[in-house]
Amino acid sequence: MYASIKSFASSFFVTGDPLIYGADVSIGLTTVAILFVLFYFKKWGWLWREWLTTVDHKKIGMMYLIASLLMLFRGGVDALLMRAQLAMPNVHFLQAEHYNEVFTTHGTIMILFMAMPMMFGLFNMVVPLQIGARDVAYPYLNAVSFWLFFFGAMLFNISFVIGGSPDAGWLSYPPLSEMSHSPGVGQNFYIWGIQISGIGSLATGINFIVTILKMRAPGMKLMKMPMFSWSVLSSSIIIIFAFPILTVTLALLFIDRFLGGHLFTMDGGGNPMMYVNLIWMWGHPEVYIVVLPAFGIFSEIVATFSRKRIFGYKSMVFALMSISILSFFTWVHHFFTMGAGADVNVFFAIATMAIGIPTGAKVFNWLFTMFRGRIRLEQPMLWTLAFIPCFVVGGATGVMLAVAPADYQYHNSYFLIAHFHQVLIGGVVFGYLAGIYYWWPKLFGFKLNERLGKWAFWLWNIGFYVCFMPQYALGFMGMTRRVYTYGWDLGWGPLNLVSTIGAFLMGIGFVFQVWQILYSVKYGERDTTGDPWNGRTLEWSIPSPPPMYNFAVVPYAGEQDSFWEEKERRDFAPAPPVPVAQLEAIHMPRNSGVPFIFSACWFVAGFGFVFDWLWMAILGMVGVGVTLLVRSFQYDTDYYVPVEEVIETEIAAGRAI
Amino acid sequence: MKKSSKLRGLMLLITGLAGVLLLSGCEGKFVVFDPQGPVAETQYRLIILSAILCAIVVIPVLAITAFIVIRYRDKPGNTAPYKPHWDDSKVLEVLWWGIPIIIIGILGAYTARDTYGLAKKPVVTDVKPIKIQVTSLDWKWLFQYPDQNIATVNYVHIPAGVQVDFELTSDAPMNSFWIPQLGGQEYTMPGMAMSLWLQADRPGEYYGTGANFTGKDFAHMRFNVVAESQADFNKWVESVKGSNNELTKAGYETLATPGQSDEQSFSSYPSDLFDSVVMKNGGHHMDMNKDEDSKAPANSDDKSKSDTKEGHDMDDMSGMDMNNSNSSEMNHNHQ
Repeated sequence: MYASIKSFASSFFVTGDPLIYGADVSIGLTTVAILFVLFYFKKWGWLWREWLTTVDHKKIGMMYLIASLLMLFRGGVDALLMRAQLAMPNVHFLQAEHYNEVFTTHGTIMILFMAMPMMFGLFNMVVPLQIGARDVAYPYLNAVSFWLFFFGAMLFNISFVIGGSPDAGWLSYPPLSEMSHSPGVGQNFYIWGIQISGIGSLATGINFIVTILKMRAPGMKLMKMPMFSWSVLSSSIIIIFAFPILTVTLALLFIDRFLGGHLFTMDGGGNPMMYVNLIWMWGHPEVYIVVLPAFGIFSEIVATFSRKRIFGYKSMVFALMSISILSFFTWVHHFFTMGAGADVNVFFAIATMAIGIPTGAKVFNWLFTMFRGRIRLEQPMLWTLAFIPCFVVGGATGVMLAVAPADYQYHNSYFLIAHFHQVLIGGVVFGYLAGIYYWWPKLFGFKLNERLGKWAFWLWNIGFYVCFMPQYALGFMGMTRRVYTYGWDLGWGPLNLVSTIGAFLMGIGFVFQVWQILYSVKYGERDTTGDPWNGRTLEWSIPSPPPMYNFAVVPYAGEQDSFWEEKERRDFAPAPPVPVAQLEAIHMPRNSGVPFIFSACWFVAGFGFVFDWLWMAILGMVGVGVTLLVRSFQYDTDYYVPVEEVIETEIAAGRAI
Repeated sequence: MKKSSKLRGLMLLITGLAGVLLLSGCEGKFVVFDPQGPVAETQYRLIILSAILCAIVVIPVLAITAFIVIRYRDKPGNTAPYKPHWDDSKVLEVLWWGIPIIIIGILGAYTARDTYGLAKKPVVTDVKPIKIQVTSLDWKWLFQYPDQNIATVNYVHIPAGVQVDFELTSDAPMNSFWIPQLGGQEYTMPGMAMSLWLQADRPGEYYGTGANFTGKDFAHMRFNVVAESQADFNKWVESVKGSNNELTKAGYETLATPGQSDEQSFSSYPSDLFDSVVMKNGGHHMDMNKDEDSKAPANSDDKSKSDTKEGHDMDDMSGMDMNNSNSSEMNHNHQ
């Protein structure tokens, strides 16, 4: 009996590595600390009512933001572990298996559990405010999306202390990811962690398409809509076409692993290339899913901080839409060297290069927005300015990679690694950070400290170039991705050391940002006006933080940058308060605990599938079914905020008389 | 204050980059920039061409960015024009949509030319090409020389100035076969045999590696490529033949078990080894191998070998084609 418990425990818990034991201890301590705080301050009710059951898009956005920053920390620690291992030849810091797990989780977490939620956080925090809506189209579904993401991410994350992490790369090519070569539970965690959160992502895509198409303020024609909302629309369109492919691909891999299928192995008549095609049919559009909203953020910030209308609005919209279509015709450039043949390679090479055309046009439009403007170098604008050179160089190396025969030399090398980190950090991370700095005062009511922010900015930027420029060179020296060690003979040592130093500089930059947030909570400059940056779009017309119903009176938005135009008409005098008689009761969605419980049931089911414990999987799925049933019999899903409450809130904010 | 911190950052950046260049200058071996054969040469020229074309766009953009940011700063006394409502210019839009289209047109044309050029079999010369069959294993490389009937592990000798017809497969997860100085890589995949033509112009030793992740000891999947004169190559073949170290079927099974390996050479090997490895991993499901199923295993005489070559050549196969062919082959049951 004792022996069988012991052998179970040793396969269930990951053992044998001091780093993992450290993680066990810190996870344990953090959990105890959180529970202690909740019990000691009797915050359980508050947590449940205000957060776990909320359907308010602003709170959901904040939860996305917190989760994504935690994941940025986790993925960042993974990155630093890798760079430490590669700092010099023949380092014995991580074992091969451990290193493989670290780079697999780094990639998966950064794309799916950091970039995606940070993006959804910004969608949620900004889009309804920007288009003059009181919530998203499906607030309940929005909560479902968040909790599915959250529990999917948790399922993926526990793999490194329970059962073992996936180690077949972030795209898990078969046959390496099949039972034959990855018999442990790591790949199951990969399949179910992503699958559960992926359903949430798809739902978010649908939610925001409907929100943007159906819930814009009166007068806001599509071609008057702010650029960020346009970018969210184009990104959501890609989501609804790309994510179903991911869902199906993972389901097929699941069939191979659990039911002994041979969909992706040659020996049963399947084909691993099928998987590679499918995963990249999702994977390449995914890159544009995360980068397009960043383009929208830059457009907003450039216009605001240059005090000038965005240049070439129509061609910006056209560029967004053409990128979202072209993004589906480039996936083969991830495997030019898999023998697809010259016709196929030429088509996908040129389609890939073609993406550079609208992207390049956008860069020029941003530049000419600044041209003849008045540029204020505050934090959001600094990140935007840092993005331009970084992304231009990253885009250029992307075009170089698209040259199919030359790609035979870059493929799987550090040149590729440097390129995609340059577009993903320079484009996506810088973009989202710019967006967070920009909209932070709107959502939280205070600005983030400028001095600490500048430290973070310079550390991130210098660290970035020091880290990734050497990697281009390493690619030309023949260094391939995912090697956990290398010898002295190839001369890769010095450049790798420099690269590692750069990575740690970025890590210190992140520490400064955490410090900045903690410091600003207490000492940050409070935003009493609701319009700290002299903004142009509707979200700046309401108080910071916005009341639960956003707009007491639904605004009319007949112009592009309508808030700015209105301010110009008023000669920048403060808006006159609204007479109380004009206020009405406001229709709002009711909170619900079902999304949380529903997603927790998915977690249980996913955990059961991971360990092949059918009883647990069935239990979880029954829970999923029951929660769905419960919801379908809930009729009391909305209510009216009484007009007295609206009046009281608005008078307190000085917005009504 | 603001300005000096910015300047400091810039200085740091420049010193950092200069440091990188200097360090790499004295230590590194830029194998991709050191083409030693016609394939690598073509790819190298394309890399340089694309870098120049990109630089034509990138450098002016960076210059314009710096100019605009300095000129239009919001600081007291800035006399630069401020036109908050100027947001459209057809001329400018046509310019910056047009220039990238032209550049990508040029680059696309060169890309197409060389993609087709390299996909074709090289021009036949009076020097007969040599064939080498490559199998990626966990975690080592097996090279078979069907004409010489010898095999090596983790190193390969080739005659210089002779076209080499590498035939690639895998008896493990898919890998990618890469000798940067001779030319770009190509995937090795279980159940498929792909063809990669490379050539070394001069004698020398080149670095070869696996490029696609295959698990635990992937980092050690490196091999040495020795290009030498035909006479030296022949001498080497004789010495390997004389070593009297046969690779048997059982020996192959041992070799194929996961683990690293030192360099090894074998004086002979079972002649159908490569084809049987392809078949074992599901090669019989591939359309192009259909006629192979009924045939006796390929022997070492020239004629049947050239058939095998035709049968395995996947150059013109797209991924989609293969998937289609599989469904019709699902009920094949030769194992």
